[in-house]
Amino acid sequence: MTSPSWRPSADLATLRLRAELLQRIRAFFATRGVLEVETPALSAATVTHPHLASFRTRYSGPGPRYGGTLYLHTSPEFPMKRLLAAGSGCIYQIARVFRDGEAGRLHNPEFTLLEWYRVGFDHHRLMDEVTELMTTSLAGRLALAAPERWSYREIFQRYLALDPHRATVTELAACAEPRGIPIPAGMPADDADPWLDLLLTHGIEPHLGQGRLTFVYDYPASQAALARLRPGDPPVGERFELYLNGLELANGFHELGDADEQRGRFARENAARRILGLPMMPLDEHLLDALKAGLPDCAGVALGLDRLVMLAAGKDSIQEVIAFPAEHA
Amino acid sequence: MANYSTNEFKSGLKIMLDGDPWAIVENEFVKPGKGQAFNRVKVRNLRTNRVLERTFKSGDTVEGADVLDVELQYLYNDGENWHFMDPQSYEQLTADAAAVGDAAKWLKEQAICQVTLWNGVPLNVAAPNFVVMAIVETDPGVRGDTSGGGGKPATLETGAVVRVPLFVQTGEVIKVDTRTGEYVSRVKE
Repeated sequence: MTSPSWRPSADLATLRLRAELLQRIRAFFATRGVLEVETPALSAATVTHPHLASFRTRYSGPGPRYGGTLYLHTSPEFPMKRLLAAGSGCIYQIARVFRDGEAGRLHNPEFTLLEWYRVGFDHHRLMDEVTELMTTSLAGRLALAAPERWSYREIFQRYLALDPHRATVTELAACAEPRGIPIPAGMPADDADPWLDLLLTHGIEPHLGQGRLTFVYDYPASQAALARLRPGDPPVGERFELYLNGLELANGFHELGDADEQRGRFARENAARRILGLPMMPLDEHLLDALKAGLPDCAGVALGLDRLVMLAAGKDSIQEVIAFPAEHA
Repeated sequence: MANYSTNEFKSGLKIMLDGDPWAIVENEFVKPGKGQAFNRVKVRNLRTNRVLERTFKSGDTVEGADVLDVELQYLYNDGENWHFMDPQSYEQLTADAAAVGDAAKWLKEQAICQVTLWNGVPLNVAAPNFVVMAIVETDPGVRGDTSGGGGKPATLETGAVVRVPLFVQTGEVIKVDTRTGEYVSRVKE
């Protein structure tokens, strides 16, 4: 553990495994006729989500972007949807993405996402394909029991005996105490989502996906992000997350295609940013125009490739699967 | 004292919580992909050594604790408190029973100890890892016994009791590991 800091923090066997996984993934999509694409890492607009922080830089050369602010993408989602709206059909991308303020055993401020979109799929059909990709990727490396799927409501009922769609902030707080979940200072009295995140990360996630793929789906409408809402009582966002051995691995949506609804969500997120004292972000008008032109009915998912390598290699930290993590970059 | 952002958290950082000084033992950044980020922290109370878990919303700040580890020379006990001296400045500092705790039975005058100061006051005293002390009382051993199994209790000059091999006698000087309370060897004076 005292190796000099110029050396890679991942061993060469892990880097070889990483290369092999990339090959397997490309072969997986090639046989299914899913097209590999590349989209810009730098963009004039970015995500508005209050819990995603974009790195920003400035372009000083010639051309129409002269002197303008550019943001490093936190995922390639927006331009990939522009390709879908332009008729690309099913596409995937292996992209280096950037998120400010995220570092730890499972986070590096730049990391690799495998993101793909399937035209005509809903989120359940995409979960089937995620299962196949995971099985293919981990074959011979990690034995998996049969996958399971639980709705967001079911996992809260199962592990914490409460209904996340109906519980009040008082009830959520009362659930944390007796389970030894420490309540941070400054938790809001009028917003359930940070409380749900607290209970999920501390009380539920560590149990998820023990030796099997666990999908959690149908999130509260307030956490739909870019997923479409399914009307009901209560309405839910058609979003899913994948866990394996306590690690959050992937996030997918039955994609929202309604431009007006998307613009409204961006505006609400920017309003939330202002309340939190965060900078407001420029909206991606190209994306909104593409949605207006028509996004085909599709589902998409982003999977953390570094965490997949961690599982395949049996490593405990992301620093062991990245040659040069941020602290040595 | 400076405030620390959760982004500066690392093990060993000393922070104030509920009016007490604590040291961070473990710090884990947890964040749902699309949700609130937290720092899940294990902290040790520097007065009581109690360890507990705390969670902070990432980006929040916490007051730092003015805690410093220094090497002080133990001078004497006045029946209530233990008196130490900084060998550089000759400044004298007083530690109470709560700060000295279990180290009391290993403290021999002149010994250099590591003392944790909080706002300049001794908070915790650690005895040297090894001490050399005379045995003031132990049963006469069985002749011909070499070290190894068995053993017997021996009372040292500070009142501490350790198990020693049967051949070690009253009046002899021994070396003790204070972390385990175990006899190490005899010492020739």
